[in-house]
Amino acid sequence: MGAWAIAVHGGAGVDPNLPAHRQEQAKQLLTRCLQLGISALNSNHPAIDVVELVVRELETDPLFNSGRGSALTENGTVEMEASIMDGTKRRCGAVSGVTTVKNPISLARLIMDKSPHSYLAFSGAEQFARQQGVETVDNEYFITPENVGMLKLAKEANAILFDYRIPIGKETCGAGIESPLQMNGLPISVYAPETVGCVVVDSEGRCAAGTSTGGLMNKMTGRIGDSPLIGAGTYACDVCGVSCTGEGEAIIRGTLAREVAAVMEYKGMKLQEAVDFVIKERLDEGMAGLIAVSNTGEVAYGFNCNGMFRGCATQDGFMEVGIWE
Amino acid sequence: MGWAIALHGGAGDIPLSLPPERRQPREETLRRCLQIGVEALKSKMAALDVVELVVRELENCPHFNAGRGSVLTNKGTVEMEASIMEGNMNCGAVSGLTTVVNAISLARLVMEKTPHIYLAFDGAEEFAKEQGVETVDSSHFITVENIERLKQAKEANRVQIDYTQPIQKTDAKKETPIANGDSQLGTVGCVAVDSHGNLASATSTGGLVNKMVGRIGDTPIIGAGTYANELCAVSATGKGESIIRGTAARDVAALMEFKGLSLEEAAKCVVEERTPKGTVGLVAVSAKGEIAMPYNTTGMFRACASEDGYSEIAIWPSGLN
Repeated sequence: MGAWAIAVHGGAGVDPNLPAHRQEQAKQLLTRCLQLGISALNSNHPAIDVVELVVRELETDPLFNSGRGSALTENGTVEMEASIMDGTKRRCGAVSGVTTVKNPISLARLIMDKSPHSYLAFSGAEQFARQQGVETVDNEYFITPENVGMLKLAKEANAILFDYRIPIGKETCGAGIESPLQMNGLPISVYAPETVGCVVVDSEGRCAAGTSTGGLMNKMTGRIGDSPLIGAGTYACDVCGVSCTGEGEAIIRGTLAREVAAVMEYKGMKLQEAVDFVIKERLDEGMAGLIAVSNTGEVAYGFNCNGMFRGCATQDGFMEVGIWE
Repeated sequence: MGWAIALHGGAGDIPLSLPPERRQPREETLRRCLQIGVEALKSKMAALDVVELVVRELENCPHFNAGRGSVLTNKGTVEMEASIMEGNMNCGAVSGLTTVVNAISLARLVMEKTPHIYLAFDGAEEFAKEQGVETVDSSHFITVENIERLKQAKEANRVQIDYTQPIQKTDAKKETPIANGDSQLGTVGCVAVDSHGNLASATSTGGLVNKMVGRIGDTPIIGAGTYANELCAVSATGKGESIIRGTAARDVAALMEFKGLSLEEAAKCVVEERTPKGTVGLVAVSAKGEIAMPYNTTGMFRACASEDGYSEIAIWPSGLN
């Protein structure tokens, strides 16, 4: 206790051929977000506020797959989801299927603070947003030309998969055909890293976590991934705060975020050990990554896929931003 | 070893004074559903098929809060949700259904026929049409009792807002034993282990009476209302928000796995120590054929049976039934 720590991520599963300038852009964004969080922590803002602040920044920037810049559904629209959790008392809020709300993470927070429920979705969530007077825009605002192009490629990739009757989902395109790197059934160049997230422990030892996403490129309309699911994409309790990213279905099955806390609570593991254990043992064939902080001021991350956009910082001045191993 | 099955029709503040006409049809349904599950297991049906079959039966019964008989949203509509999970970690979930007769079956189709786990609202309804599952006009699900429950819930809320007082539970119980006692009923669910040691869990609900449109509870959330792995299968019921933050179903399995607790100890721990009193009940079976049905509410509609001949149907703690 006594020292703060923060970590952010912009998605796990990175195209190894990502152009250098894009890598630079990503690192700059991660750095900027870290600095935003650090500044708030130094002014003694509670963890939950810092998480919301940083995730808002990530949502607003079109670079990653959340808010503006979200991946597109099969219909070419955007359906965003997010969840936030306050480790103290494990209060939580989540949204799915938002189409006009500029910052889904803030709507998730309002659900936690201002509604009798924990999770609202689709038209119900949109109605609540209007009642609360949050900032809303047209769905077009969130759509970037880049993602329109990606959607086309994704549809083509899926067409190929269907032609060769290769099963989609958990199994990769491994029926004797030389396959490119894949995640969630899409070639890595087209698979948009799924989410953004932030975890924070403040100087009072309070943990919080938040995750936000546009979801899987070319997803079925109405598809909900791991990001809004408490225990899967997001979790925070007395001992830690966790945010996950990667193949949503694998994260849900593995209740990944909760898992980190569970092995800390029930097996007495320390943070890094817990993170390593979960990534190694809980993903089977699934590909994912996560960031985590502990109530004792530690920060850790892990991933079993090709890269994860991440950054972390601790009060003693340590700061690191990275993409690859 | 051997097969085992447990099912529930909701945990909540079920008053001991529940009149016979409200009690018997439900006990009868529990009995019938238990029978169906037991016969299926005896004929070597797989656990996944058994839990789906039993939950379909519970959904079709208008006396429980799932499928027909679902409680109503604040707009007087029905929004149903469900999830299903197998011991090999395959799972499926749906939310926001308004016309699908059996939510649990749609959840299974999501699991088996899509690359996703969870579909909701319009997207789920569209998928249902594509799959040709049975759909009906939404009015099919609405019962007279639930219209009444909604009315009373709204009145209680109105009082609360007007007088800024918490709802006096005892007063409400005196005047509206139906509304308050029954309105806490969370869900229906079934867990089973078959003769091959395969586990499965299924949970289905109409949600919370007078809920905001679009509200999602614990039932479709893997790890909260439903969970299964190679150790156990769990289905939870009660106050959704408490089950979500406590990741109740997953916690039973986690305690077994990480702390080496037995099924009974793990289930008891979750219900007695990890969730607030008055909020949760669950049914669980282990790969070894053990059964646990703990709850921290006044009662829980439940039934279970195992291959060694044991069976039980109950609402309150033993001795009070």
